[in-house]
This record gives sequence, structure tokens and C-alpha cells, in this order.
Amino acid sequence: MAAVLESLLREELSVAAAVRWIARSAQSSEDDPREAAALSSLRPLRKEFVPFLLNFLREQSSRVLPQGPPTPAKAPGSSTGLPGRSGGPPRGGRGARNQLFPPIEASSATAADAPSARRGGRRRGRGPGGLEEGVSGECLPWAGGRRPRSSGSPSSPSLARSDPPNLSNLEEFPPVGSVPPGSAGTKPSRRINPTPVSEERSLSKPKTCFTSPPISCVPSSQSSVLDTSPWGHGLPSGCRSLQEEREMLRKERSKQLQQSPTPACPTLEPGSPHPSRTGHLTAQPADPARVSSRHRLELVALVYSSCIAENLVPNLFLELFFVLQLLTARRMVAAKDSDLEPTPGAVGCLSHSQSCVLLSLYSVLSHLDKGTLKLLAENERLLCFSPALQGRLRAAYEGSVAKVSLAMPPSAQAVSFQPETDNRANFSSDRAFHTFKKQRDVFYEVLREWEDRHEEPGWDFEKGLGSRIRAMMGQLSAACSHSHFVRLFQKQLLQMCQSPGGAGGTVLGEAPDVLNMLGADKLGRLRRLQERLVAPQSSGGPCPPPTFPGCQGFFRDFILCASSFQFNQHLMDSLSLKIRELNSLALPQPEPSDEDGESDVDWQGERRQFAVVLLSLRLLAKFLGFVAFLPYRGPEPPPTRELQDSILSLRSQVPPVLDVRALLQQGLRARRAVLTVPWLVEFLSLADHIVPMLDYYRSIFTLLLHLHRSLVLSKESEGEMCFLNKLLLLAVLGWLFQIPTVPEDLFFLEEGQLDVFEVDTVASEHGLDSMPVVDQQLLYTCCPYIGELRKLLASWVSGSSGRSGGLVRKITPTTTTGLGAQPPQTTQGLQAQLAQAFFHNQPPSLRRTVEFVAERIGSNCVKHIKATLVAELVRQAESLLQEQLVTQGQEGGDPAQLLEILCSQLCPHGAQALTQGREFCQKKSPGAVRALLPEETPAAVLSSAENIAVSLATEKACAWLSANITALIRREVKAAVSRTLRAQGPEPAARGERRGCSRACEHHAPLPSHLISEIKDVLSLAVGPRDPEEGVAPEYLEQLLGQLGQMLRCRQFLCPPAEQHLAKCSVELASLLVADQIPILGPPAQHQLERGQARRLLLMLLSLWKDDFQVPVPLQLLLRPRNVALLADTRPREWDLLLFLLRELVEKGLMRRMEIEACLGSLHETQWPGDFSEELATLFNLFLAEPHVPEHQLRACELVQPNRGTVLAQS
Amino acid sequence: MILTKAQYDEIAQCLVSVPPTRQSLRKLKQRFPSQSQATLLSIFSQEYQKHIKRTHAKHHTSEAIESYYQRYLNGVRENGAAPVLLQLANEVDYAPSLMARIILERFLQEHEEAPPSKSVINSMLRDPSQIPDGVLANQVYQCIVNDCCYGPLVDCIKHAIGHEHEVLLRDLLLEKNLSFLDEDQLRARGYDKTPDFILQVPVAVEGHIIHWIESKASFGDECSHHAYLHDQFWSYWNRFGPGLVIYWYGFIQELDCNRERGILLHACFPTDIVTLCHSVA
Repeated sequence: MAAVLESLLREELSVAAAVRWIARSAQSSEDDPREAAALSSLRPLRKEFVPFLLNFLREQSSRVLPQGPPTPAKAPGSSTGLPGRSGGPPRGGRGARNQLFPPIEASSATAADAPSARRGGRRRGRGPGGLEEGVSGECLPWAGGRRPRSSGSPSSPSLARSDPPNLSNLEEFPPVGSVPPGSAGTKPSRRINPTPVSEERSLSKPKTCFTSPPISCVPSSQSSVLDTSPWGHGLPSGCRSLQEEREMLRKERSKQLQQSPTPACPTLEPGSPHPSRTGHLTAQPADPARVSSRHRLELVALVYSSCIAENLVPNLFLELFFVLQLLTARRMVAAKDSDLEPTPGAVGCLSHSQSCVLLSLYSVLSHLDKGTLKLLAENERLLCFSPALQGRLRAAYEGSVAKVSLAMPPSAQAVSFQPETDNRANFSSDRAFHTFKKQRDVFYEVLREWEDRHEEPGWDFEKGLGSRIRAMMGQLSAACSHSHFVRLFQKQLLQMCQSPGGAGGTVLGEAPDVLNMLGADKLGRLRRLQERLVAPQSSGGPCPPPTFPGCQGFFRDFILCASSFQFNQHLMDSLSLKIRELNSLALPQPEPSDEDGESDVDWQGERRQFAVVLLSLRLLAKFLGFVAFLPYRGPEPPPTRELQDSILSLRSQVPPVLDVRALLQQGLRARRAVLTVPWLVEFLSLADHIVPMLDYYRSIFTLLLHLHRSLVLSKESEGEMCFLNKLLLLAVLGWLFQIPTVPEDLFFLEEGQLDVFEVDTVASEHGLDSMPVVDQQLLYTCCPYIGELRKLLASWVSGSSGRSGGLVRKITPTTTTGLGAQPPQTTQGLQAQLAQAFFHNQPPSLRRTVEFVAERIGSNCVKHIKATLVAELVRQAESLLQEQLVTQGQEGGDPAQLLEILCSQLCPHGAQALTQGREFCQKKSPGAVRALLPEETPAAVLSSAENIAVSLATEKACAWLSANITALIRREVKAAVSRTLRAQGPEPAARGERRGCSRACEHHAPLPSHLISEIKDVLSLAVGPRDPEEGVAPEYLEQLLGQLGQMLRCRQFLCPPAEQHLAKCSVELASLLVADQIPILGPPAQHQLERGQARRLLLMLLSLWKDDFQVPVPLQLLLRPRNVALLADTRPREWDLLLFLLRELVEKGLMRRMEIEACLGSLHETQWPGDFSEELATLFNLFLAEPHVPEHQLRACELVQPNRGTVLAQS
Repeated sequence: MILTKAQYDEIAQCLVSVPPTRQSLRKLKQRFPSQSQATLLSIFSQEYQKHIKRTHAKHHTSEAIESYYQRYLNGVRENGAAPVLLQLANEVDYAPSLMARIILERFLQEHEEAPPSKSVINSMLRDPSQIPDGVLANQVYQCIVNDCCYGPLVDCIKHAIGHEHEVLLRDLLLEKNLSFLDEDQLRARGYDKTPDFILQVPVAVEGHIIHWIESKASFGDECSHHAYLHDQFWSYWNRFGPGLVIYWYGFIQELDCNRERGILLHACFPTDIVTLCHSVA
């Protein structure tokens, strides 16, 4: 590879040709024959070039970056490994993930290399300084036209020697001004250098932003003060004395001698991504004038950026991150003297070349979010090296409205109960229904506990919740219950995790609606505040492994803890179904509208919808991948080839859980890659190590690689994918290629088959891909790691943090060409074709409106029929049933038979449903369409739309009705029959008409509960035991009964059970009155009620029973032995009140004579004291002897004559 | 009447081993004249129920039942008119109605061939005149009318109170023009858990979204509130989102700690209801 670079450097080869060569295996006619010749010899190595280049750049710059660079490009270790180097960094290893922050090279060789490389450059190769001889090896590979030892070998060991100086080693490179390590001094003192405050960061100060032009270069005074760079000779300032240099060399040597495997350089911990560099180290101002070997650097940069542009690198953003990392490196390195041969040692460290690369990536940069743009535009180094780029970035910043909000998603709510899917009818049995009811509650209980506890130190999901989850899963016996639970699980998953990052870790119940009520302004502020508080500091570098952030963790752990085969299977089924459904969802079509403003409104909605669908798909696919590959996942690939082969042969038998390849192909064909690929990536990211080796999945990777290569950002033509769509795909694919389970060589090996790639996109010219469906918000939401760029830049600028809001960028849709000729769909009738044709030339919103209206009206129609026709039939059924019951007696016969009779009579009426349904749709649809379409819709279009809506709605409604109306009527009638029969049972009187209070009533009557309670107190007083002073006033009793009457007439608060108890209590009260058992307040002598008072009270009760109670009053209680026995206790016994009461009962028609006679008769069966039996018999006879005289006479006679009962009692 | 935990504890402290009679209630009202009677009664009733739950088992051992029955028999043999059963209950610190049930069950076991079914027992307790033994009938009736924490009458009163407050709440909702679905409508639609009211359009109370309202005509103490949370409120939340619980007889202030999570407590119908405004364009 070095040979290629060398050819380039010697200008034998143009960059363009080199890139062409890398990108394609075959030669192109554009190639200069001379160039072709130069390259042909290197052909076998073609595909190793990029990994080599990437690794090389990282090698070179690894020292500059305190936190270590993100490593490549999972370059095949064999080709870029550095075999000749004993102390080489532990490269290779597992995938890039492991290398993200590779250990800073720590061996003796490394430590020694650093300064030697620097000096080597200065002293031109093998300088006389014998010191370096032994360290830096034989040669410097590209120095002075010297050919690498073996041009054919990409792994020239000499390359490895060209390490850059370890710039972060303060001992080696102490800031100027610090005390040089003297003979006694072992450690250089560190000092905190002042942070250079550049006026360049004008954008941070809005007040000066528009008035004062940026000062275009760093003031010289500053640079001289701060020029502490240990740049090599030839640099005018900051040179150290020879003495110093020797001192350092000596130190190097001693270090080398006392070599130990521990890092010699006090570099920063690899694990801390963004150390607070700003506080301690001083950013060095850059000075383009000091860049050496400019031309060569530019060449390398050009090759590098061309590789990026052609998508020859696996991960665009990783490279961008790398470049920015270099740009923001605290220390800069002089690579070499300009007059000397360049050592490639510090290629990557030079801001100039970085800015070259950045310039070439301008299009990408300009699409980043506003905050990142601002930081870039303010970067002083960038300004120094490329004012032009800086200017463009500033312009891009100023023009950008792409604010990206990293706010956490609003916390989720529970999945709401939906009667359509969740009620009893959807379960096989009552038990299953109630089990699921409990499970829903357990699930949320577990979720709430997780919310509360999961951040507590020492809390463990399995320990805390595992057994409860498994117990709950154990109850899900029926398959049907599993599907119910899975539906709940999946819905909850979507609700909680769908929004940005799926990392909603806030409190569950914090309803976002509350925020909305505060008004937009406060809401925005609140959101920003929240964002600042909760935005994660780091999401794990520019290429994090797949994780389950926030709430997703709950669902993952739940699946793991449940460890239920059935659950997993149902979940996979459900996820697959939902993915298919969402993936094939008809998403926005471009509106052929030239009025931008108007369609903009639509586009906001369209894009939002797309984002929702895309994010849902990604989440579902991630979990599908997780569950599907769960049984196969392990930390490492199989150890031996044989084992791997046997696993492969086994696994290749297993059909994929979801035919993602077909979906991908469809997606590519329909130009919906922008929807399909992001979720597919999520799915694949959770695959196990074997998956990429399986033929099925390998072909998917091949497709993805081809897609990746084809997404050249600079190509912008008609029908081409939108820029941000491409960027999204590049980001997610790039991320996928860095996943540990994806083989390192996959990206570079598959390259060879590129030419096979041919996506047939003829079928649909205008898929989603060519529509601006992706905006920055979505891009950053899907790929939060892009935000690392901003963090990187922000960490360079001290103390400033970009504010961002939730503004959504408005993008005016580009107009697209009209729909091409489509073959008529033969399966549908001419009318349908006409309707289709009608929609073709109308805005898609029209079609959606019509379809929506038809769908809703059709559905409403069915509901309407249910509520009217079916309800009427049910009413008829009820009255028929009543007749039946009357004719056949109370029992009415067998319910099943009854049902059959009713249904045979009623079901034929179901035919009316179709007529009524048609009428309904006819009546309702046009208005709805009219209301939803723009006012200006032409009359003809409107009426066609209305007609189509009517016919679609009718079709839908009638299809359902004709299939289901009979069953529906049957079901409803059946329910009515059982209802009627049940109601027939215990309480026929209760079904009588219920009189409520008059409208004027203000419901001031005492409450039933109060009255029951009061009467209960009276009863308890009467029954005893009681204190001597206890009793009731007669007036109180009257008042109580008066209130009872009031309440019974108001009825507002009365419920049947209360009324029943009141009725019973009132009868008990009557018994006590009759037996004179109620203790009356007053002097001990008058502890009894006066006769007249007692009668008045009894009359009040009688009137209540007759007029006010609406439940049956258990008057027969009056003549039960227990109540009659109350009389036995009184001495002297007084029967007149009882007789009075019985007569009144008969007179008022409350009891029939016969009834009373029967009750009195049955009293004889009880054992009574002898005298009581006699008196009772007398009473019986007296009552029987009552002549059946008209009421008035009886009453009159009662009032005039002395009461016979009294006489009797006194006798 | 919202009480702090300390205030509540003070009241609860006075209720230890107080029999559930009207005399006890009278004394309690004298002791805490500033508290509402309904609140006091509710607290008393709940405390007593807790006490009964704790001691329930020991009254239901066969030895205990046998001993009670014998004491009852001896008592009524001496004087059938004396409040034998009621005194027995008070002596052993058990609810009179429940004691009546124990004795009735035991009595029926002795006098009928088959062990009595629960429904028969319940029916006899509701209407003691069905009890074949006149003396026992009177004794049972006496227990029931004198028990202010247990028994069919008390159950009915509680039920009535609950119903009345639901009606009250319904009227208030209608008055405020808030449309809702009530329990019966929800049940008819097949909902598995049914709060008293689901608002068809949510409202906000003190800045909290309310989807449903549950009326509780009792005092919200720790024990009952936690039981309700587990059996009802969280279940409602799980299905319908955040909601409001009205404890008409007050609650312990400290229990109102789930507001942020979506369960708001109130002791009366809220006054500051914010509704969704449909601006007319």
C-alpha cells in the first residue's frame, strides 16, 4: 500500500485515479494508461488499501489524542498488522469496539519511538545521532524516495516505526517556561496555562456577532506567548536549547533501558473519553505557516477524503470524528522540516490536512445540527487553516434552523384498556380474563418498582423482580393469554421507548400533558432546561455497541428474567407482524404543489409520521433481533473451525424469524431503503457471531454493503436519494459495520463483488428515498453517536454549551415529476381503476381523506346499526319474551328454545341493515369529505371524492353487515333473554317503574345512610342493653319518620339495598311500637309512649309503606313469632295497637286478609306460654270476626268505639 | 378533613380495645370535639376492623367456638332475656355480629343434619326471625343492632354512604359539565377494572391530569389506602392513566405522595378544575 501512496506522492498517479482504482476492481477507460500500469501490479492488494490507510492514519496520530483515537475500520488484521514490531500496540483483537480507545502504546519501543521520529525527521533519516539508530529501525519508509523494503508487502515493519511523538506526555514535551528537568529534577513541573481567549468566538456573543467582523487571525502576541510547541528545528520560536534536548534524550534512553510493560507516558486513561482538557492543558493556536510538507500532506488528505466521499470507508462519521479529534487535539506536532523528506509520522496531526478533509466533507458538515455548526464555525484552528471553509461553515450555521433537541422523551403512560381487544369476549374463559386482569396489574407493579429502584446501587433486576415475573408468566397458561400479554408488552414498549433514544428514564407518571398546559413558551423553556439536566453526557463514543438505554433496559431484563419460551415465541410473532405492518405502511407521497407554504404544513405532519413509524420499527426490530438471536448469543464466536462449521450447517436449516432479506429487497426495489434499512440495522446489530456467516444473512450484508457504496453523497440528481436520507443510512450502516459481531473483514472483503450489485428500482421511481423525510432531529435521534461530534467540539471550547431547542427544521419539499404510466390493475373493476386514476392526479391528501372518511363512516355505520336497528330488535325480543312469559307462566320454558323462537322471528329483519347502512353512508360521507377537503377544491373533484367515499364506506359497512348481522342480532338477543330471565327471578317489584323526585326537588332530604343509622340506634336502644338515662323523645321519632318520608320521596341518594333495609327496619320499628318497647325519654314513670302518639307513628309508617317505599316491605315480619313475642314480654299485654295495625294494613291494601290469617294461623305452631297462646287465639278470632265492611265505616267505628283490643287486653 | 400522621395516630391511640358500641362512639366524639363525626366514625370503624383482623383467628379455633357456645348456652339457660351474646362478645373483645355468627353457625351445626351454607347463615343474620330458636333470634338481633362496625345493617349503611357519595360526585360532575362514563357503563362495555367515573375528556386538578375519579366514602388511612392502591388505584392507572381519589372523610396527609405518579388525593370535590379549552378559530 505504501507503494500506492508513494506513487501518489511522487505524482505518478493522480488521486482521482487512485480512488477509482480502489473503488473498482476493473479498470476504467478514464484511467491514464500510465497510471493503470502503475496500479495493475498492485492489483491483488487493492482491497487492502483502505484498511491500511485508515489504520495508518490512526497509528500516526494516536499519540496526539489523549483519549486515543477511534480505531479503524475493522481492517483485516493480517494486512495491516505490524508483525515486525515487537512492542507494537495490541491491535487487531476483536472488532473496532474493543479498539475504540485502544491502549496507548506503552512499550519501550513506543516510548522511545516518539521522540526519535521527531528527531528522525529533523535529522534526515539515519542521522548521525547513534542514539536513535537502535530505536527507530532501519529506515523511515517513505523518506526521501527510498522505497519501502518490499514494495509488495503492505505490512512493512518499517512503517511501524514511524510513530508520531507522544505529545501528550508532559515530561517529554513540557510547556515552554516550565523548569526543564534538571539533573536533580525528575519531574517537570506542570503549570496551568491560561486558556487563550480568542475573539474569534464571536458567535458566542450575540451582541458582537452581527457588528464586528471576525478577526481573521490569532494575534501574534498571543501566539508568541503561547508558543510552547515543541516543534522541531526550523521553527523560529520556542526552540529549546541543545542542553534541554540532550536532557530529554537521556531520559528517553533511561526509560527505554528500564523498560517495563507499564505505560511510560503519563497519558490519560483510555477509558475517560473527554477529559477536562480545557482546564489543564492549553490549546495551541495553530499556524498554517508552520505546516511542513504541505503538499504531501494535502495529497494524503485528498486520498483520504476521496475514500470517504466514495464511501470506501466503513463509517463516515467515525472518520469525521477522527478528523475532528485531530482538529481539537490539544497539542500539535510539527511533522518535519519542510526541506526534508516527509516522515508520514504526523500526517494526521496537522490541522491543515484536517481542514482539507473537512472541506471535502463540507456537505456533510453543513447538514449537522446548528450547535455543531456553531462550534465548528468558531474553531480557531479551522479559521487559521482554512478561512474559506470556516466562512462557509459560518454561513451554514447562520442559515441553519436544524436545531436538534436531545431532550428525553416524555415519560410514558400505561397502555390504555381497550374494550375491543381487552374485554371478556376476547378471552377463552372467565379465568383467563381474570388472570390477565391480574397480570396487567402485576406487570405495572413490576414496572413501577423498576422505575423506583433500578438506579439504586446494589439493586438487581433478577433479585428484585425475577421471581415475581416468573410467577406471573407461569400463570399465563392459555396461548390466548400469552398473546394478550404480548400485546400489552409490545404496546408498552412502544409507548415508553419509541421516542428519542428510547432512553426515557424519568418518572412514570409525569404526564407530558401538564407541560403542554403551561403554554408553548414555558414549555419550550422547560424542555430546554430538562434537556440540560437530563441529556446524557456521553453515549459511549462515536460508535457505541448496541445498548438498551433507559426503559428499554426494563423490557430487555424482563424478557431475560421471564425466560419463557412461549412468551418469547409470541413476542417474536407479534413483533414480526407489527414490523411487517409498519414497514409496508403507506407513507407520504410528495405533493405536486408549487405553493411551498401550503405543502409545508402537510410535510410537517408527514415527516412526523415517518419519524414515528421509523422509530417504532427500529425499536421493534431491535427487540425482535434481541429475542430471535437470544438463544445463540454468546460473548465469543465458536473457538474452532469445525465447531463453527457444524453450527453453520445446523443454523442454515433454521428459517429466519422474519424474512428480512425479502423485506430489504422489496424496500430497495420500492425505493424505501430509508425506512427499511434503519430498522434492519437494528435487527442485525443484535445478531450473534454466527449470523453474518450464514448464507441468508451474508447476502443481506452484501446488499447492505452495496447500498452503502452507492450512497455517494456528492451525487445529487433527479430521483436520487435525499441528502439527509443518505446521511442517515450511511450513519446506521457505518455503525452496523463496527458492531463486534460483524466480522472485521466483511466490509472490505465483500467489496470485490460490487459489480454484481444492481438494484432494480425501475418499479417505483418515487419511493420514500427521494423525499426529504429525514431531518436532523430524526438523524440525531436514530444515531445519537453523531452528537459525539458536538461534544468533542464543545469540550474544546471551554465552558460554552450550545443551546438547542426543539424547533423542527422546515424543509420545502422538492417538486417531483408526475407519476409515470402505471399498468392498469387487472384485478379490479373499471370503476376501481377510474377511482385510482382519479386519485393519481390529485394530491395524496385527497386520497387519504377519502379513504379515511370511508373507513370511519363505514365503521360508524356498523355502530349506528347496532345502536338503532339491533337495539330495536332486542327491544322487540324483550317484549315478545314478556308475552311469552305471561302466556306460559313465570317459568316461560327452556331459555334455549325461547331464544330459537325469538331469533327465528327477528333475524330476518337483519336484512334491513344493508338498506339502512347504505342510507347512512350516503348521508354521512359527503359532509365529512367536504369538511376535510380544502374549500377551494373544484366542485367536480369534490363530488367525485364524495361519491367514492360513499361507495367505499358502503362497501365496507355492507361487507361487514352482511357477514355478521345475523350473528350480532343473535348475540344481543341472547344477552337480552338471559337478562330478562334473570330479572324475572327474585325481585319482580323492583322492576316496576321507579319514581324519582320532581324536578324542583333540591335533594335536601336527609341521606339514607343517616336514616338507617338513626333507626338502627333507636332499635338498639329498644332492644337494649341501655343505660338508665337513655331513651328517645316521641317528637324525635315523629321527626325521624317524617325525614324518612322526605327521603323516600326524594330518592336522589337512595339505592335499593338501603331502601330494603329501611323497609325492614321500619317494620321492626312498628313491631316495637306495637309492643310498646321503645324507651321514651322523660321521668321514669312515663317511659312509655302515649297511645295516641303510638297510633300517630303507626299511621305515619303505614303511609310510608303504602305511598313511599318502592321496594316490597316485609310486613309479614310483624307476625313472625319473634316480633309477636315482643308482646309477650310486656305486662300488661296490650293488643289493641296490633289489631289496629292489622286492620289498617288490610284497609290500605298493604296486606290481604288471607295473608294475615295465614300468618296468624302459623303463629299457633310456635310454643308460647299458656296464657299468651290464649290471648293470641282471641286476637285471631277477633280479627276473623271483623266484618267485611267498607273502609269508611270501619274507620269511623274505630274512632268512636273503645278499642276492642284494649278491652281484650284489660280483660 | 386531612389529618397529619401524628394527628391520626393520636386518635388511633384512643381506640385501642374499645368495643364497637354506640356508647363508645359517644365518648369518642366527646374526646375529639373538633373532628367531624363522620371522620371519627370512619377511623374508629377502620381501626376496629384492623383489630378484628388481627384477632380473628383466635376466635375461630374449635376450642374457642366450643367454649363460646357453652358460655352462651349457660347464659341463656340462666336468663334468655339478658344480653348474653352481646356481653360475651364484649368480654372476649370480639365484634358482636361476628360472635352472633359463630354461635349461630355452631347452633345450626348442632340442630341440622347438613352443615349450614354461608348463604343460609347470611340470610338468617339479615332476618333473625328466620332463626328457628326464638331466644337465639333475639340474641342475634340484639348483637346486630348494637354492633356499629360489623353486621348486615352496618354493611348496608356503609354501602349506602358509598352510594350517596357516588351520586353526589355524579351530580357535581354533571354540574361542572364534565362528561363521564360511570361504573355500570364501563362494566357493560367489558372493562375489567372500573373506577367510579372515567372522564371522557381529561381535566387537570392542581396541575395534575385526571382521567378517572374514584369516590371513597371513608377515611384514607395507611392500611386501607395501600390496599386500595394495590387493588384499585394502580389498576386504574394501569388502564386509564392518572386519576383522582376523593376520600370524603379525609385522609392522612402523608399518603398523598403519588401525585407525580398519577394518583391525586382529595378530601372533597376539587374546586380548581382546568378543562381543555377548544379555541374557536
